[in-house]
Amino acid sequence: MAQALNAALRDEMRADPTVHLLGEDVGQLGGVFRITDGLAAEFGADRCLDTPLAEAGILGTAIGMAMYGLRPVVEMQFDAFAYPAMEQLVSHVAKMRNRTAGKLALPITVRVPYGGGIGGVEHHSDSSEAYYAGTPGLHVVTPATVGDAYGLLRASIASDDPVIFLEPKRLYWSKAELDTAAEVAPVGRAVLRRTGRSAVLITYGPSLPVCLEAAEAAKAEGWDLAVLDLRSLVPFDDQTVCEVVRSVGRAVIVHESTGFGGVGAEIAARVTERCFHHLAAPVLRVTGFDIPYPPPMLEHHHLPGVDRILDAVAKLQWEE
Amino acid sequence: MTVLDHRPTMPVPGWLPGATGPRTDPAPLLPDDSPVRVLGTTGLDKYDPDLLRELYRRLVVGRRYNQQATTLTKQGRLAVYPSSTGQEACEVAAAMVLQEQDWLFPSYRDTLAVVGRGVDPLQALTLLRGNAHTGYDPRATRTAPLCTPLATQAPHAVGLAHAARLRGESVVALAMLGDGGTSEGDFHEALNFAAVLNAPVVFLVQNNGYAISVPLTKQSAAPSLAHKAVGYGMPGRLVDGNDVVAVHEVLAEAMERARSGGGPTLVEALTYRLEAHTNADDATRYRQSEEVTAWQEHDPVLLMERQLKALGLLDEAAVSSASEQAEALAARMRAEFHAEPQLDPASLFAHVYAEPTTQLREQAEQLAAELAAEGDR
Ligand SMILES: Cc1ncc(C[n+]2csc(CCOP(=O)(O)OP(=O)(O)O)c2C)c(N)n1
Repeated sequence: MAQALNAALRDEMRADPTVHLLGEDVGQLGGVFRITDGLAAEFGADRCLDTPLAEAGILGTAIGMAMYGLRPVVEMQFDAFAYPAMEQLVSHVAKMRNRTAGKLALPITVRVPYGGGIGGVEHHSDSSEAYYAGTPGLHVVTPATVGDAYGLLRASIASDDPVIFLEPKRLYWSKAELDTAAEVAPVGRAVLRRTGRSAVLITYGPSLPVCLEAAEAAKAEGWDLAVLDLRSLVPFDDQTVCEVVRSVGRAVIVHESTGFGGVGAEIAARVTERCFHHLAAPVLRVTGFDIPYPPPMLEHHHLPGVDRILDAVAKLQWEE
Repeated sequence: MTVLDHRPTMPVPGWLPGATGPRTDPAPLLPDDSPVRVLGTTGLDKYDPDLLRELYRRLVVGRRYNQQATTLTKQGRLAVYPSSTGQEACEVAAAMVLQEQDWLFPSYRDTLAVVGRGVDPLQALTLLRGNAHTGYDPRATRTAPLCTPLATQAPHAVGLAHAARLRGESVVALAMLGDGGTSEGDFHEALNFAAVLNAPVVFLVQNNGYAISVPLTKQSAAPSLAHKAVGYGMPGRLVDGNDVVAVHEVLAEAMERARSGGGPTLVEALTYRLEAHTNADDATRYRQSEEVTAWQEHDPVLLMERQLKALGLLDEAAVSSASEQAEALAARMRAEFHAEPQLDPASLFAHVYAEPTTQLREQAEQLAAELAAEGDR
């Protein structure tokens, strides 16, 4: 996946000279995850800019660049280190189009490596999607496959709206053939990764492979599970989600960030509001605990795994 | 042996590639010993009398604009107005030094600079009136929206100036802030980025003595705010912010320096806000009337008028012409603000995204239905 992201950046930069990258260590080093590897060499230090170490400064500078017609792609080094830029993000990036009645749009892509499962120490494993998704004006996108990493990142950079592009860290090393010519579903569309008749697991980003594994394991217990990959939290694909839920009547939402006030709560509410009469059981959530991200030696207890998902599926055999 | 004994020795400047050590001699960066003044000095001689009269005219019109806007808040026609009464010299000079292609990044108190830039005086007030966030087209007027979160516009100015320079275009960005704003992280990050990128930016800090109620002594322990520039590697300038000619001169020099590739400058203008922070504030709770009176003697409009009259550069005709223009603008503001503004509730959903999401479309329909139902009632 890391290479797919790198290819997406390279291809966008080749296609559009206004695309500029900036962030900490993105130049010579190629970023701590090497996502920008080789880009400074090909496009020069101005288009792949090693900035001073200051997240608000990075994003604030990107805003000014976007105001002058560039398409900045910002790399935040880690999820929890993007917080100093929250003010710029919430007050300016998200609102500029609205504040100026459409006169000034900010086509900025903010790439945020997010989530745990890689044994990172604290402040290196946060899932910050709910903060972003709760901020009107931002698109929030997260790929779970190699093809999506490439296609969604290119689409995000080409978007005239600001996009928070959440990169599931633990999938950076996932492998698949990348077909750069393959058609990728547009931003805002959920994709059914697996069909099934008994229930649907609704998920995104780092939890997708876990859900696919759980669906496989569930066969042994007689469950035929569909797996829906949201791919985009904002815009949210109500239509596909509701279609699938109506057809199977049972749903479990799975994500690794905390459950309270999380994205899963929003999805559960939407599904309940729109599909109530099609539901054979309450919509359930399987999420991380409502705790600060734990130390790495304990993180496996926190992250929703196959067993926890299967336990939830078992509860879908619901009787009042 | 302690850990400290293992402290690496400081590399000698130039010792290693990328070695530490000052890259710029701090001496030429240090700010002026005392605030630059031009009024009352021979420095005025080199000024074109027409420019001086124009500065004066703008001060007079600006003062009236401030007064009228404040009155409109009392009548409930304007939601809030952070007046720049007493600071007009900074506002006027800032607008005057900008060329057409340059960009202004104002804060909430800088409506007057925005107007000086050529933005319609009424459209510049939509934010404070409450009918729209930004009533002008930032791209067309090269004026960023009035910025409310303190100092956050400073990095935008840096990014814009940097982008323009990459494109080989001669654009300078001028960011305006208050003294309180210099304590914010964004201010420091912007200065640092500007210096590292050698971006053509000028930072104008209007030190009006207070951040709402907090005096400068509780805001910063630095010898001056201009001193803050040195640590980032850019010159700091100190100017009498009530001397419109001095502010014009210092800003014009800084703009020229930026335009010719010399990099950013931080300008601290010493001034005073003669009114309260906004109409909602009670300044008597934190400052003495003697202080205000002393500054009234140093009023930027009076200073300029006295000086020009003493030099025989201002006749009665020029004075009354300026005041007529001021009254005409005030009358226009009253007329416009007494009419109810046109508001379109559908605009709430129009500019959140390039394409509204399904959710926003549904909410727009819901609001439209609610409004239709109200209409039927
Ligand atoms: C980030 C942020 N914190 C707090 C405020 C609330 N606030 C508005 S104006 C102000 C004082 C600012 O003082 P100064 O920068 O000196 O500018 P002045 O109002 O004197 O022009 C404060 C604290 C704000 N607008 N933004």
